[in-house]
Amino acid sequence: MTLAVFFGCSFIAFGPALGLCLFSVVREPLRVIILVAGAFFWLVSLLLSSLVWFIAVKASDPGDEPLQKGLLIFGVLFSVLLQEAFRFLYYKLLRKAIEGLVALSEDGCSPISIQQMAYAGLGFGLMSGAFSMINLLADALGPGTVGIHGDSQLYFLTSAFMTMVMIFLHTFWGILFFHGCETQRWWEMVAVIFTHLIVSGLGSRVRQAPSQDPEGPSGALSLSCSLPALPALWCCQLGPTVAFSAISFLFSVIGGPPFVPAGGRCPGAPAARE
Amino acid sequence: MWLGESAALGRVSTICLRISKHSLNIWPHISTVRKALYEKLMMIIFMNSSDSEEEACNERTSLISADSPPAASYQDGLQAPEAAETQTYRKRRTGGSCSPSDADGGNSDSGIPVREIAVDDKEEELTLKYGAKHVIMLFVPVTLCMVVVVATIKSVRFYTEKNGQLIYTPFSEDTPSVGQRLLNSVLNTIIMISVIIVMTVFLVVLYKYRCYKFIHGWLILSSLMLLFLFTYIYLGEVLKTYNVAMDYLTLFFVIWNFGAVGMICIHWKGPLHLQQAYLIMISALMALVFIKYLPEWSAWVILGAISIYDLIAVLCPRGPLRMLVETAQERNEPIFPALIYSSAMVWTVGMAKQDAASRSLTQQTWDSAEDVREIHDNSAYVESEISEARSPAPTHPTTSLLEDLEEEERGVKLGLGDFIFYSVLVGKAAATASGDWNTTLACFVAILIGLCLTLLLLAVFKKALPALPISITFGLVFYFSTDNLVRPFMDTLASHQLYI
Repeated sequence: MTLAVFFGCSFIAFGPALGLCLFSVVREPLRVIILVAGAFFWLVSLLLSSLVWFIAVKASDPGDEPLQKGLLIFGVLFSVLLQEAFRFLYYKLLRKAIEGLVALSEDGCSPISIQQMAYAGLGFGLMSGAFSMINLLADALGPGTVGIHGDSQLYFLTSAFMTMVMIFLHTFWGILFFHGCETQRWWEMVAVIFTHLIVSGLGSRVRQAPSQDPEGPSGALSLSCSLPALPALWCCQLGPTVAFSAISFLFSVIGGPPFVPAGGRCPGAPAARE
Repeated sequence: MWLGESAALGRVSTICLRISKHSLNIWPHISTVRKALYEKLMMIIFMNSSDSEEEACNERTSLISADSPPAASYQDGLQAPEAAETQTYRKRRTGGSCSPSDADGGNSDSGIPVREIAVDDKEEELTLKYGAKHVIMLFVPVTLCMVVVVATIKSVRFYTEKNGQLIYTPFSEDTPSVGQRLLNSVLNTIIMISVIIVMTVFLVVLYKYRCYKFIHGWLILSSLMLLFLFTYIYLGEVLKTYNVAMDYLTLFFVIWNFGAVGMICIHWKGPLHLQQAYLIMISALMALVFIKYLPEWSAWVILGAISIYDLIAVLCPRGPLRMLVETAQERNEPIFPALIYSSAMVWTVGMAKQDAASRSLTQQTWDSAEDVREIHDNSAYVESEISEARSPAPTHPTTSLLEDLEEEERGVKLGLGDFIFYSVLVGKAAATASGDWNTTLACFVAILIGLCLTLLLLAVFKKALPALPISITFGLVFYFSTDNLVRPFMDTLASHQLYI
């Protein structure tokens, strides 16, 4: 695979997040710390859910395919629930931090508002995207042909687009979740958890034959609907954020699954590494 | 700044949080002394004895001079943030040990007493506010060092090949049985830590008996070896990897300039960013040598043991580093950081003028454990000596004018030993984690969060704390759990194109 694939996929996957970071995060030290701490919390939640999945897999029969698939789905759902739990924990931690900052400040105003602290969602998203995509990108630099065994040739592209969408979704979910916690609107939190479960559970569907026309349109639509959410994000306007995140979520639903190759195995990447 | 070569273990790192000019007198320090012993084994360790806070400001103006004991003080034009409190504050700081010094070959983390003067709410808020900036000022160099190490590990195969071991880790790990291998690694660790303790005690003795010249010379030799020999090896391996031919004349020219400018920047005066870059390069080089020459299991056990040692040495009253610091206090000498990364914030106008006037008030103490590294091409062992140096604390400027000109807070300091051990952890993760980038990322985030937590604890407890334990603990936990638990999970998810 070529450098073009590597750079193209990495910028598709991380470009918007990089723009978000460059323009709004790197200038404020507190936001950088919140971002890194958000990544850390996501990591811890992933660790715990992997532990649970690992124990379940080791305790079960490795040859039983449907059982393994079922355990994987269970692992995914458990991981999603744990991620949201850790998002809530992180919210609690940030509340305490804001109270501390307010107590220490001269004029009783905190240097960072809870809306800005929803950048924690970006931390979640970046870490999630990095864990999904970095190994693929490293493999994209090496030799190989995508889809040589009849699988989809668009594996890298679809992964890049899905990663981008997931980063956006995590960011929006962070904002919505924090807003729900702040204003005690439980339906927002439930909506976040629900949509997260749906998006993550999408891949478990049995795929049809890979679509011929690529995810280009769907991915582009996904992207274009996520983009307007960004200015809404900056202004911390909840309504537009909800709307655009819903649209991008819809497009990830439509665009993601059809491009997973039949049989559910994707070419190369894990095998190449082993 | 003096660059001393010392065992990896014998490093003192100090994190000083400087508060801004508004008569902020909070000087929390985090100091960790790395074990010289560790480095002694392989590389040259830079000993940073953290200096009083003034260093940060002076270094910013690139007038950090490292002079020999009889000469003027090491640091140029360090300005105290507040002129008014300067005198009394200076005395207090001088009296107390601001910088921990590494004993030879021993890693001791000295707790540096935090001086708090006139803390009020405003200052506390400033502490927290500036705390975030200081955290970022440490994030950047630590990240850069790790990036250099990981990039080298992933591309240059030399540093992941097994070409022998240090004499300080004599037990081989080639045994087939797991128990034997574990036993060997534990024995290696015990030997390492003992050597470090011995070196630390030796350094304390040297310091107590004022063998400054000896230490000074040792430090210079160590940094010479590091800057020239290790750079030569590194450059050779990089050129081999990318199949670039370079004639000896060009090589000599490049290495000579690199090394000479490095010596000048680190030990005498130089632009701040250049100095920081050299310190990062040196830390990366040393970390690479450690990654190469430590056997796998031994490396992890040693990392864990060093953090525990750090914790004990800083928090227990009988540690050699603490004795070192107390001796420095008794003599009313500030302990200069031989190897400390510092980042100042603001360029202060007129700093240069102050240097001449304010220097040479304190003696310089030189502790050096020198490491001479001999590399035998065919031999399996490498001997190295570690040198550590501590430079005397800079004098304090007295003008209030300059203080007015100063804008913001001083920089933060972190010992090079911390850089090295963080990079060793991340580099080992990159080298041995089944080609998996997730493990490297996880260790990186864990170390950054550990550093952040350490600084937060520092701001809360306002006393000296070791910088290694939390980060290394997080790093180790995340390494083993990501490599064994998360990797199969993520691989399975990726193969089914599931996103969580």
